[in-house]
Amino acid sequence: MTGSLLEIDSLKKNFDGVEALAGFSCSVREEEILGLIGPNGAGKTTLFNVITGFIAPDRGKAVLRGTDLLSLPPHRIARRGIARTFQKLRLIRRLSVLENVLLAFRGQPGERLGHVFFRNRASARREAENRETAVSLLEEAGLAEKLNDPAEDLSYGQQKLLSLVCCLAADADLLLLDEPVAGIAPEMIEKILSMIRSLLGQGKSVFLIEHNLDAVMQVCDRVVFMDAGKKVSEGTPEEVRNDARVIEAYLD
Amino acid sequence: MEYLLHILILIGIYVILSVSLNLIAGYTGLLSIAHAAFYGVGAYVAALMALKLHSPFLVNIICAVILGGLLGALVGIPSLRIRDDYFVIATFAFQVITFSVMNNWISFTGGPMGLPGIPRPAIFGWEVSSHIGFLLLIACFCALTLWVSHRIVHSPFGRVLKAIREDEVFAQAQGKNVAAYKVLVFVIGAGMAAVAGSMYAYYISFIDPTSFTIMESIFIISIVIIGGAGSLWGSVIGAVVLVTLPELLRFVGLPSSVAANIRQILYGGLLVAFMMWRPQGLLGEYAFQKDGSEG
Repeated sequence: MTGSLLEIDSLKKNFDGVEALAGFSCSVREEEILGLIGPNGAGKTTLFNVITGFIAPDRGKAVLRGTDLLSLPPHRIARRGIARTFQKLRLIRRLSVLENVLLAFRGQPGERLGHVFFRNRASARREAENRETAVSLLEEAGLAEKLNDPAEDLSYGQQKLLSLVCCLAADADLLLLDEPVAGIAPEMIEKILSMIRSLLGQGKSVFLIEHNLDAVMQVCDRVVFMDAGKKVSEGTPEEVRNDARVIEAYLD
Repeated sequence: MEYLLHILILIGIYVILSVSLNLIAGYTGLLSIAHAAFYGVGAYVAALMALKLHSPFLVNIICAVILGGLLGALVGIPSLRIRDDYFVIATFAFQVITFSVMNNWISFTGGPMGLPGIPRPAIFGWEVSSHIGFLLLIACFCALTLWVSHRIVHSPFGRVLKAIREDEVFAQAQGKNVAAYKVLVFVIGAGMAAVAGSMYAYYISFIDPTSFTIMESIFIISIVIIGGAGSLWGSVIGAVVLVTLPELLRFVGLPSSVAANIRQILYGGLLVAFMMWRPQGLLGEYAFQKDGSEG
Protein backbone atom coordinates (compact mmCIF):
# COMPACT_ATOMS: atom_id res chain seq x y z
CA MET A 1 0.00 0.00 0.00
CA THR A 2 1.52 3.30 -1.05
CA GLY A 3 0.99 6.50 0.95
CA SER A 4 -1.34 9.25 -0.04
CA LEU A 5 -0.19 12.28 -2.01
CA LEU A 6 -3.29 14.44 -1.88
CA GLU A 7 -5.86 14.32 0.89
CA ILE A 8 -9.19 15.96 0.18
CA ASP A 9 -11.32 16.33 3.27
CA SER A 10 -15.04 17.20 3.33
CA LEU A 11 -14.97 20.02 0.80
CA LYS A 12 -18.08 22.15 0.56
CA LYS A 13 -18.95 24.76 -1.98
CA ASN A 14 -22.25 26.49 -2.61
CA PHE A 15 -22.99 28.48 -5.74
CA ASP A 16 -26.08 30.58 -5.07
CA GLY A 17 -27.77 27.80 -3.20
CA VAL A 18 -26.59 25.00 -5.49
CA GLU A 19 -24.31 22.62 -3.65
CA ALA A 20 -21.53 21.93 -6.13
CA LEU A 21 -19.49 20.20 -3.43
CA ALA A 22 -21.39 18.72 -0.52
CA GLY A 23 -18.66 17.45 1.78
CA PHE A 24 -16.51 15.66 -0.76
CA SER A 25 -13.59 13.60 0.53
CA CYS A 26 -11.11 11.32 -1.19
CA SER A 27 -7.41 10.81 -1.48
CA VAL A 28 -4.99 10.40 -4.35
CA ARG A 29 -2.20 7.94 -3.59
CA GLU A 30 1.39 8.12 -4.67
CA GLU A 31 1.90 6.69 -8.12
CA GLU A 32 -1.62 5.91 -9.10
CA ILE A 33 -4.07 6.94 -11.75
CA LEU A 34 -7.35 7.85 -10.11
CA GLY A 35 -10.41 8.41 -12.26
CA LEU A 36 -13.27 10.71 -11.34
CA ILE A 37 -16.57 9.99 -13.03
CA GLY A 38 -20.08 11.23 -12.54
CA PRO A 39 -22.95 12.91 -14.36
CA ASN A 40 -22.76 16.48 -15.65
CA GLY A 41 -23.08 18.95 -12.81
CA ALA A 42 -21.82 16.48 -10.23
CA GLY A 43 -19.13 18.98 -9.18
CA LYS A 44 -16.10 17.35 -10.80
CA THR A 45 -14.63 20.44 -12.42
CA THR A 46 -15.48 22.50 -9.34
CA LEU A 47 -13.42 20.04 -7.33
CA PHE A 48 -10.42 20.56 -9.63
CA ASN A 49 -10.87 24.32 -9.47
CA VAL A 50 -10.88 24.18 -5.68
CA ILE A 51 -7.77 21.99 -5.49
CA THR A 52 -5.87 24.32 -7.84
CA GLY A 53 -6.95 27.45 -5.96
CA PHE A 54 -9.15 29.03 -8.63
CA ILE A 55 -12.26 28.67 -6.46
CA ALA A 56 -12.25 29.13 -2.69
CA PRO A 57 -14.33 26.44 -0.94
CA ASP A 58 -16.74 27.27 1.87
CA ARG A 59 -15.28 24.58 4.05
CA GLY A 60 -12.93 21.61 3.94
CA LYS A 61 -9.30 20.90 3.28
CA ALA A 62 -6.99 19.80 0.52
CA VAL A 63 -3.55 18.78 1.72
CA LEU A 64 -0.68 17.90 -0.62
CA ARG A 65 2.12 16.07 1.19
CA GLY A 66 1.39 17.89 4.43
CA THR A 67 0.90 21.35 2.85
CA ASP A 68 -2.54 22.88 3.12
CA LEU A 69 -3.26 24.04 -0.43
CA LEU A 70 -6.36 26.06 0.19
CA SER A 71 -4.58 28.97 1.83
CA LEU A 72 -2.44 29.43 -1.30
CA PRO A 73 -3.15 31.35 -4.52
CA PRO A 74 -3.27 29.36 -7.79
CA HIS A 75 0.27 30.15 -8.92
CA ARG A 76 1.73 28.94 -5.62
CA ILE A 77 -0.25 25.74 -5.79
CA ALA A 78 1.03 25.25 -9.32
CA ARG A 79 4.60 25.63 -8.04
CA ARG A 80 3.98 23.12 -5.25
CA GLY A 81 3.82 20.33 -7.77
CA ILE A 82 0.35 20.31 -9.28
CA ALA A 83 -0.17 20.68 -13.02
CA ARG A 84 -3.57 20.72 -14.66
CA THR A 85 -5.42 20.84 -17.93
CA PHE A 86 -8.77 22.50 -18.45
CA GLN A 87 -12.03 21.07 -19.67
CA LYS A 88 -12.35 23.96 -22.07
CA LEU A 89 -8.90 23.80 -23.55
CA ARG A 90 -6.60 26.52 -22.41
CA LEU A 91 -3.43 27.21 -24.34
CA ILE A 92 -1.79 30.40 -25.48
CA ARG A 93 -3.28 30.01 -28.91
CA ARG A 94 -1.30 32.72 -30.65
CA LEU A 95 2.08 31.68 -29.29
CA SER A 96 3.99 28.80 -30.83
CA VAL A 97 3.68 25.21 -29.69
CA LEU A 98 7.22 25.38 -28.28
CA GLU A 99 6.54 28.64 -26.41
CA ASN A 100 3.49 27.09 -24.77
CA VAL A 101 5.63 24.27 -23.43
CA LEU A 102 8.38 26.69 -22.35
CA LEU A 103 5.78 28.62 -20.33
CA ALA A 104 4.93 25.49 -18.40
CA PHE A 105 8.38 25.01 -16.86
CA ARG A 106 8.41 26.17 -13.26
CA GLY A 107 11.13 28.30 -11.77
CA GLN A 108 12.82 29.67 -14.90
CA PRO A 109 14.89 32.48 -13.35
CA GLY A 110 14.61 34.48 -16.57
CA GLU A 111 10.98 35.11 -15.76
CA ARG A 112 12.09 37.45 -12.98
CA LEU A 113 12.57 41.06 -14.03
CA GLY A 114 16.03 41.36 -12.49
CA HIS A 115 17.26 38.51 -14.64
CA VAL A 116 16.21 40.28 -17.80
CA PHE A 117 19.09 42.68 -17.27
CA PHE A 118 21.47 40.99 -14.84
CA ARG A 119 22.79 37.48 -14.41
CA ASN A 120 21.10 36.49 -17.62
CA ARG A 121 23.63 33.77 -18.26
CA ALA A 122 21.84 31.58 -15.71
CA SER A 123 18.50 32.14 -17.36
CA ALA A 124 19.95 31.59 -20.83
CA ARG A 125 21.38 28.27 -19.66
CA ARG A 126 18.05 27.27 -18.13
CA GLU A 127 16.25 28.37 -21.28
CA ALA A 128 18.50 26.13 -23.39
CA GLU A 129 17.91 23.17 -21.07
CA ASN A 130 14.16 23.75 -21.04
CA ARG A 131 14.13 24.04 -24.82
CA GLU A 132 15.90 20.71 -25.12
CA THR A 133 13.48 19.02 -22.72
CA ALA A 134 10.52 20.64 -24.46
CA VAL A 135 11.66 19.45 -27.88
CA SER A 136 12.13 15.89 -26.68
CA LEU A 137 8.71 15.90 -24.99
CA LEU A 138 7.14 17.22 -28.19
CA GLU A 139 8.98 14.59 -30.22
CA GLU A 140 7.57 11.84 -28.02
CA ALA A 141 4.12 13.32 -28.45
CA GLY A 142 4.58 13.47 -32.22
CA LEU A 143 4.26 17.26 -32.32
CA ALA A 144 7.88 17.96 -33.26
CA GLU A 145 7.12 19.14 -36.81
CA LYS A 146 4.65 21.69 -35.42
CA LEU A 147 7.18 23.21 -33.03
CA ASN A 148 7.00 26.74 -34.41
CA ASP A 149 3.38 26.78 -35.50
CA PRO A 150 0.96 28.81 -33.42
CA ALA A 151 -0.92 26.53 -31.03
CA GLU A 152 -4.23 27.48 -32.64
CA ASP A 153 -3.16 25.82 -35.90
CA LEU A 154 -3.14 22.38 -34.26
CA SER A 155 -6.12 20.06 -34.52
CA TYR A 156 -8.32 19.78 -31.43
CA GLY A 157 -6.77 16.44 -30.52
CA GLN A 158 -3.26 17.82 -30.95
CA GLN A 159 -4.15 20.76 -28.74
CA LYS A 160 -5.26 18.35 -26.02
CA LEU A 161 -2.00 16.51 -26.49
CA LEU A 162 -0.10 19.79 -26.21
CA SER A 163 -1.82 20.69 -22.97
CA LEU A 164 -0.76 17.29 -21.63
CA VAL A 165 2.83 17.95 -22.76
CA CYS A 166 2.67 21.25 -20.84
CA CYS A 167 1.75 19.30 -17.70
CA LEU A 168 4.74 17.03 -18.27
CA ALA A 169 7.07 20.00 -18.69
CA ALA A 170 5.80 21.34 -15.37
CA ASP A 171 7.41 18.30 -13.77
CA ALA A 172 4.61 18.12 -11.22
CA ASP A 173 3.97 15.22 -8.86
CA LEU A 174 0.25 15.37 -9.44
CA LEU A 175 -1.48 15.93 -12.76
CA LEU A 176 -5.12 16.93 -12.76
CA LEU A 177 -6.54 16.21 -16.19
CA ASP A 178 -10.02 17.46 -16.97
CA GLU A 179 -11.46 15.29 -19.74
CA PRO A 180 -8.18 14.49 -21.50
CA VAL A 181 -9.76 12.43 -24.26
CA ALA A 182 -13.20 13.99 -24.71
CA GLY A 183 -14.13 14.79 -28.29
CA ILE A 184 -11.05 13.49 -30.07
CA ALA A 185 -10.29 10.78 -32.62
CA PRO A 186 -9.71 7.16 -31.47
CA GLU A 187 -6.02 7.04 -32.51
CA MET A 188 -5.39 10.20 -30.55
CA ILE A 189 -7.20 8.72 -27.54
CA GLU A 190 -4.82 5.75 -27.67
CA LYS A 191 -1.82 8.06 -27.84
CA ILE A 192 -2.96 10.18 -24.91
CA LEU A 193 -3.86 7.18 -22.76
CA SER A 194 -0.49 5.58 -23.35
CA MET A 195 1.23 8.84 -22.41
CA ILE A 196 -0.81 8.99 -19.21
CA ARG A 197 0.06 5.40 -18.37
CA SER A 198 3.76 6.04 -18.95
CA LEU A 199 3.66 8.66 -16.19
CA LEU A 200 3.36 6.02 -13.51
CA GLY A 201 6.89 4.83 -14.19
CA GLN A 202 8.12 8.35 -13.43
CA GLY A 203 6.68 8.45 -9.92
CA LYS A 204 3.80 10.73 -10.77
CA SER A 205 0.13 10.50 -9.87
CA VAL A 206 -2.77 11.39 -12.10
CA PHE A 207 -6.27 12.42 -11.10
CA LEU A 208 -8.49 12.60 -14.16
CA ILE A 209 -12.07 13.48 -14.98
CA GLU A 210 -13.46 11.62 -17.96
CA HIS A 211 -16.84 10.76 -19.44
CA ASN A 212 -15.43 8.15 -21.77
CA LEU A 213 -15.88 5.14 -19.47
CA ASP A 214 -13.92 2.78 -21.72
CA ALA A 215 -10.92 5.05 -21.43
CA VAL A 216 -11.37 5.29 -17.65
CA MET A 217 -11.61 1.53 -17.25
CA GLN A 218 -8.57 1.06 -19.44
CA VAL A 219 -6.22 3.52 -17.77
CA CYS A 220 -7.24 3.98 -14.13
CA ASP A 221 -6.08 2.04 -11.09
CA ARG A 222 -9.00 3.24 -9.03
CA VAL A 223 -12.17 5.14 -9.79
CA VAL A 224 -14.27 7.52 -7.70
CA PHE A 225 -17.89 8.04 -8.68
CA MET A 226 -19.31 11.40 -7.74
CA ASP A 227 -22.86 12.69 -7.83
CA ALA A 228 -24.46 15.87 -6.48
CA GLY A 229 -21.22 17.01 -4.89
CA LYS A 230 -20.60 13.82 -2.94
CA LYS A 231 -18.58 10.67 -3.35
CA VAL A 232 -21.01 7.85 -4.02
CA SER A 233 -18.69 4.98 -4.69
CA GLU A 234 -14.98 4.22 -4.86
CA GLY A 235 -12.94 1.21 -5.87
CA THR A 236 -11.29 -0.57 -8.75
CA PRO A 237 -12.74 0.14 -12.19
CA GLU A 238 -14.51 -3.23 -12.06
CA GLU A 239 -16.10 -2.58 -8.67
CA VAL A 240 -17.32 0.86 -9.62
CA ARG A 241 -18.62 -0.30 -12.98
CA ASN A 242 -20.72 -2.94 -11.24
CA ASP A 243 -21.97 -0.70 -8.44
CA ALA A 244 -25.76 -0.50 -8.65
CA ARG A 245 -25.78 3.23 -7.80
CA VAL A 246 -23.37 3.98 -10.64
CA ILE A 247 -25.36 1.94 -13.13
CA GLU A 248 -28.51 3.71 -12.04
CA ALA A 249 -26.97 7.16 -12.39
CA TYR A 250 -25.61 6.41 -15.82
CA LEU A 251 -28.85 4.88 -17.08
CA ASP A 252 -30.99 7.73 -15.82
CA MET B 1 15.85 73.36 -40.31
CA GLU B 2 14.79 74.14 -36.74
CA TYR B 3 11.29 73.14 -37.68
CA LEU B 4 12.48 69.76 -38.93
CA LEU B 5 14.50 69.22 -35.76
CA HIS B 6 11.47 70.19 -33.69
CA ILE B 7 9.39 67.52 -35.43
CA LEU B 8 12.12 64.94 -34.88
CA ILE B 9 12.28 65.80 -31.19
CA LEU B 10 8.51 65.42 -30.87
CA ILE B 11 8.72 62.09 -32.66
CA GLY B 12 11.36 61.02 -30.15
CA ILE B 13 9.12 61.90 -27.21
CA TYR B 14 6.20 60.02 -28.71
CA VAL B 15 8.38 57.00 -29.46
CA ILE B 16 9.18 56.74 -25.75
CA LEU B 17 5.51 57.20 -24.85
CA SER B 18 4.13 54.69 -27.33
CA VAL B 19 6.81 52.04 -26.79
CA SER B 20 6.22 52.19 -23.03
CA LEU B 21 2.45 52.02 -23.42
CA ASN B 22 2.93 49.12 -25.81
CA LEU B 23 4.56 47.13 -22.99
CA ILE B 24 1.45 47.67 -20.87
CA ALA B 25 -1.31 47.52 -23.47
CA GLY B 26 0.17 45.72 -26.47
CA TYR B 27 2.22 43.03 -24.75
CA THR B 28 0.38 42.53 -21.47
CA GLY B 29 -3.09 43.39 -22.72
CA LEU B 30 -3.89 46.02 -20.08
CA LEU B 31 -5.60 48.78 -22.04
CA SER B 32 -4.68 51.87 -20.05
CA ILE B 33 -5.81 55.37 -20.93
CA ALA B 34 -3.80 56.92 -18.13
CA HIS B 35 -0.52 57.18 -19.99
CA ALA B 36 -0.67 60.96 -20.35
CA ALA B 37 -1.00 61.11 -16.56
CA PHE B 38 2.38 59.41 -16.09
CA TYR B 39 3.77 61.61 -18.86
CA GLY B 40 2.45 64.68 -17.02
CA VAL B 41 3.72 63.55 -13.63
CA GLY B 42 7.18 63.12 -15.14
CA ALA B 43 7.00 66.60 -16.63
CA TYR B 44 5.81 68.23 -13.40
CA VAL B 45 8.29 66.45 -11.15
CA ALA B 46 11.23 67.46 -13.35
CA ALA B 47 9.94 71.02 -13.81
CA LEU B 48 9.16 71.59 -10.13
CA MET B 49 12.50 70.21 -9.00
CA ALA B 50 14.37 72.30 -11.55
CA LEU B 51 12.47 75.45 -10.61
CA LYS B 52 12.18 75.11 -6.85
CA LEU B 53 15.17 73.01 -5.82
CA HIS B 54 17.49 73.90 -8.69
CA SER B 55 18.61 70.30 -8.62
CA PRO B 56 20.55 68.93 -11.62
CA PHE B 57 18.91 67.43 -14.69
CA LEU B 58 19.88 63.81 -14.10
CA VAL B 59 18.68 63.85 -10.49
CA ASN B 60 15.36 65.32 -11.57
CA ILE B 61 14.83 62.78 -14.29
CA ILE B 62 15.61 59.92 -11.90
CA CYS B 63 13.12 61.30 -9.35
CA ALA B 64 10.53 61.67 -12.11
CA VAL B 65 11.03 58.00 -13.07
CA ILE B 66 10.72 56.86 -9.46
CA LEU B 67 7.56 58.87 -8.81
CA GLY B 68 6.07 57.89 -12.17
CA GLY B 69 6.83 54.25 -11.37
CA LEU B 70 5.17 54.48 -7.97
CA LEU B 71 2.05 55.95 -9.52
CA GLY B 72 2.23 53.18 -12.11
CA ALA B 73 2.04 50.65 -9.31
CA LEU B 74 -0.94 52.51 -7.92
CA VAL B 75 -2.77 52.15 -11.24
CA GLY B 76 -1.54 48.60 -11.74
CA ILE B 77 -3.00 47.38 -8.46
CA PRO B 78 -6.68 47.81 -9.43
CA SER B 79 -5.92 45.81 -12.56
CA LEU B 80 -5.61 42.79 -10.28
CA ARG B 81 -9.25 42.99 -9.28
CA ILE B 82 -11.03 44.56 -12.21
CA ARG B 83 -10.63 43.69 -15.82
CA ASP B 84 -11.32 44.72 -19.38
CA ASP B 85 -13.83 47.55 -19.77
CA TYR B 86 -13.94 48.27 -16.05
CA PHE B 87 -10.20 48.53 -15.93
CA VAL B 88 -10.21 51.04 -18.80
CA ILE B 89 -12.65 53.14 -16.80
CA ALA B 90 -10.46 52.92 -13.69
CA THR B 91 -7.45 54.19 -15.65
CA PHE B 92 -9.65 56.94 -17.08
CA ALA B 93 -10.50 57.99 -13.53
CA PHE B 94 -6.82 58.12 -12.64
CA GLN B 95 -6.16 60.25 -15.70
CA VAL B 96 -8.91 62.69 -14.70
CA ILE B 97 -7.70 62.90 -11.10
CA THR B 98 -4.12 63.60 -12.16
CA PHE B 99 -5.28 66.34 -14.51
CA SER B 100 -7.42 67.89 -11.76
CA VAL B 101 -4.50 67.98 -9.35
CA MET B 102 -2.29 69.66 -11.96
CA ASN B 103 -5.02 72.10 -12.82
CA ASN B 104 -6.25 72.99 -9.32
CA TRP B 105 -3.31 72.79 -6.95
CA ILE B 106 -2.38 76.29 -8.02
CA SER B 107 0.12 77.11 -5.27
CA PHE B 108 2.21 74.07 -6.22
CA THR B 109 1.70 73.39 -9.93
CA GLY B 110 0.72 76.86 -11.08
CA GLY B 111 -2.66 75.52 -12.13
CA PRO B 112 -3.85 76.51 -15.62
CA MET B 113 -1.08 79.13 -15.81
CA GLY B 114 1.43 76.31 -15.82
CA LEU B 115 5.11 76.47 -14.97
CA PRO B 116 7.15 78.81 -17.15
CA GLY B 117 10.89 79.30 -17.28
CA ILE B 118 12.13 75.76 -16.83
CA PRO B 119 15.94 76.07 -17.11
CA ARG B 120 18.03 74.40 -19.76
CA PRO B 121 19.26 70.96 -18.74
CA ALA B 122 22.96 70.49 -18.08
CA ILE B 123 24.69 67.11 -18.05
CA PHE B 124 28.15 67.07 -16.47
CA GLY B 125 28.65 70.68 -17.44
CA TRP B 126 27.28 70.38 -20.98
CA GLU B 127 24.33 72.76 -21.23
CA VAL B 128 21.80 71.59 -23.76
CA SER B 129 20.30 74.59 -25.46
CA SER B 130 20.26 73.98 -29.21
CA HIS B 131 17.71 71.88 -31.08
CA ILE B 132 20.49 69.54 -32.14
CA GLY B 133 21.50 69.08 -28.52
CA PHE B 134 17.95 68.20 -27.49
CA LEU B 135 17.59 65.85 -30.42
CA LEU B 136 20.75 64.00 -29.39
CA LEU B 137 19.61 63.80 -25.79
CA ILE B 138 16.18 62.51 -26.74
CA ALA B 139 17.67 60.06 -29.21
CA CYS B 140 19.72 58.63 -26.33
CA PHE B 141 16.63 58.19 -24.16
CA CYS B 142 14.75 56.67 -27.10
CA ALA B 143 17.54 54.20 -27.67
CA LEU B 144 17.60 53.35 -23.97
CA THR B 145 13.82 52.84 -23.89
CA LEU B 146 13.92 50.66 -26.98
CA TRP B 147 16.83 48.61 -25.67
CA VAL B 148 15.17 48.01 -22.29
CA SER B 149 11.86 47.16 -23.96
CA HIS B 150 13.54 44.88 -26.48
CA ARG B 151 15.30 42.98 -23.69
CA ILE B 152 12.02 42.63 -21.81
CA VAL B 153 9.83 41.41 -24.65
CA HIS B 154 12.37 38.91 -25.93
CA SER B 155 13.03 37.38 -22.53
CA PRO B 156 11.17 34.64 -20.66
CA PHE B 157 9.72 37.53 -18.64
CA GLY B 158 8.22 38.95 -21.83
CA ARG B 159 6.84 35.56 -22.78
CA VAL B 160 4.91 35.52 -19.52
CA LEU B 161 3.55 39.01 -20.30
CA LYS B 162 2.20 37.73 -23.63
CA ALA B 163 0.70 34.70 -21.90
CA ILE B 164 -1.09 37.02 -19.47
CA ARG B 165 -2.47 39.01 -22.38
CA GLU B 166 -3.85 35.88 -23.98
CA ASP B 167 -5.05 33.84 -21.03
CA GLU B 168 -4.45 34.78 -17.41
CA VAL B 169 -5.89 31.54 -16.07
CA PHE B 170 -3.46 29.48 -18.12
CA ALA B 171 -0.56 31.63 -16.90
CA GLN B 172 -1.61 31.16 -13.27
CA ALA B 173 -1.99 27.43 -13.74
CA GLN B 174 1.63 27.40 -14.97
CA GLY B 175 2.76 28.96 -11.68
CA LYS B 176 3.12 32.53 -12.89
CA ASN B 177 2.37 35.28 -10.37
CA VAL B 178 0.12 37.24 -12.71
CA ALA B 179 -0.53 40.01 -10.18
CA ALA B 180 3.17 40.77 -9.74
CA TYR B 181 3.77 40.88 -13.49
CA LYS B 182 0.91 43.31 -14.04
CA VAL B 183 2.10 45.70 -11.37
CA LEU B 184 5.71 45.45 -12.58
CA VAL B 185 4.85 46.20 -16.18
CA PHE B 186 2.91 49.26 -15.05
CA VAL B 187 5.86 50.47 -13.00
CA ILE B 188 8.19 50.05 -15.98
CA GLY B 189 5.84 51.65 -18.51
CA ALA B 190 4.96 54.56 -16.23
CA GLY B 191 8.62 55.17 -15.40
CA MET B 192 9.44 55.39 -19.11
CA ALA B 193 6.53 57.77 -19.73
CA ALA B 194 7.89 59.96 -16.94
CA VAL B 195 11.20 60.18 -18.83
CA ALA B 196 9.32 61.44 -21.87
CA GLY B 197 7.51 63.95 -19.64
CA SER B 198 10.73 65.29 -18.16
CA MET B 199 12.26 65.66 -21.61
CA TYR B 200 9.18 67.50 -22.82
CA ALA B 201 9.29 69.91 -19.87
CA TYR B 202 12.96 70.69 -20.41
CA TYR B 203 12.59 71.04 -24.14
CA ILE B 204 9.55 73.33 -24.25
CA SER B 205 10.64 75.01 -20.98
CA PHE B 206 7.00 75.64 -20.15
CA ILE B 207 4.33 73.14 -19.12
CA ASP B 208 0.66 73.42 -18.34
CA PRO B 209 -2.02 70.79 -17.68
CA THR B 210 -3.52 70.93 -21.19
CA SER B 211 -0.59 68.91 -22.54
CA PHE B 212 -1.52 65.95 -20.34
CA THR B 213 -5.23 65.44 -20.88
CA ILE B 214 -7.22 62.36 -21.81
CA MET B 215 -6.87 63.44 -25.46
CA GLU B 216 -3.15 62.97 -25.13
CA SER B 217 -3.66 59.47 -23.68
CA ILE B 218 -5.91 58.60 -26.58
CA PHE B 219 -3.35 59.95 -29.03
CA ILE B 220 -0.69 57.65 -27.52
CA ILE B 221 -3.06 54.68 -27.64
CA SER B 222 -3.73 55.52 -31.30
CA ILE B 223 -0.01 55.34 -32.04
CA VAL B 224 0.18 51.93 -30.37
CA ILE B 225 -2.84 50.57 -32.23
CA ILE B 226 -2.01 52.04 -35.63
CA GLY B 227 1.67 51.11 -35.33
CA GLY B 228 0.78 47.64 -34.14
CA ALA B 229 0.10 46.36 -30.62
CA GLY B 230 2.81 43.96 -29.57
CA SER B 231 5.43 45.36 -31.95
CA LEU B 232 8.11 47.76 -30.72
CA TRP B 233 9.06 48.88 -34.23
CA GLY B 234 5.37 49.34 -34.92
CA SER B 235 5.24 51.93 -32.16
CA VAL B 236 8.26 53.70 -33.62
CA ILE B 237 6.70 53.82 -37.09
CA GLY B 238 3.34 54.76 -35.59
CA ALA B 239 4.91 57.72 -33.78
CA VAL B 240 6.62 58.88 -36.98
CA VAL B 241 3.40 58.63 -38.99
CA LEU B 242 1.04 60.20 -36.47
CA VAL B 243 3.34 63.06 -35.54
CA THR B 244 4.27 63.90 -39.15
CA LEU B 245 0.86 63.52 -40.77
CA PRO B 246 -0.80 66.62 -39.28
CA GLU B 247 2.34 68.64 -40.04
CA LEU B 248 1.83 67.81 -43.69
CA LEU B 249 -1.56 69.53 -43.45
CA ARG B 250 0.24 72.82 -42.92
CA PHE B 251 1.75 72.56 -46.35
CA VAL B 252 -1.62 72.14 -47.99
CA GLY B 253 -2.21 75.74 -47.05
CA LEU B 254 -5.13 75.33 -44.66
CA PRO B 255 -5.59 78.04 -42.04
CA SER B 256 -4.35 76.76 -38.68
CA SER B 257 -7.80 76.91 -37.06
CA VAL B 258 -9.16 74.52 -39.68
CA ALA B 259 -6.05 72.35 -39.66
CA ALA B 260 -6.39 71.73 -35.91
CA ASN B 261 -9.89 70.37 -36.36
CA ILE B 262 -8.97 68.34 -39.40
CA ARG B 263 -6.18 66.83 -37.34
CA GLN B 264 -8.68 65.38 -34.84
CA ILE B 265 -10.89 64.10 -37.65
CA LEU B 266 -7.85 62.53 -39.29
CA TYR B 267 -6.86 60.63 -36.14
CA GLY B 268 -10.39 59.43 -35.58
CA GLY B 269 -10.78 58.37 -39.19
CA LEU B 270 -7.43 56.56 -39.20
CA LEU B 271 -8.28 54.71 -36.01
CA VAL B 272 -11.64 53.55 -37.33
CA ALA B 273 -10.10 52.54 -40.65
CA PHE B 274 -7.39 50.50 -38.93
CA MET B 275 -9.88 48.84 -36.60
CA MET B 276 -11.93 47.77 -39.59
CA TRP B 277 -9.32 46.77 -42.14
CA ARG B 278 -6.08 46.22 -40.33
CA PRO B 279 -6.75 45.59 -36.66
CA GLN B 280 -3.21 44.35 -36.12
CA GLY B 281 -1.85 47.78 -37.10
CA LEU B 282 1.04 48.49 -39.45
CA LEU B 283 3.54 46.04 -37.96
CA GLY B 284 1.65 44.24 -35.20
CA GLU B 285 1.32 40.49 -35.12
CA TYR B 286 -1.98 40.51 -33.30
CA ALA B 287 -5.26 42.30 -33.48
CA PHE B 288 -5.89 44.34 -30.37
CA GLN B 289 -8.29 41.99 -28.75
CA LYS B 290 -8.28 39.02 -26.50
CA ASP B 291 -8.11 35.49 -27.74
CA GLY B 292 -11.46 34.42 -29.16
CA SER B 293 -11.51 31.22 -27.10
CA GLU B 294 -12.09 33.16 -23.92
CA GLY B 295 -15.35 33.92 -22.25
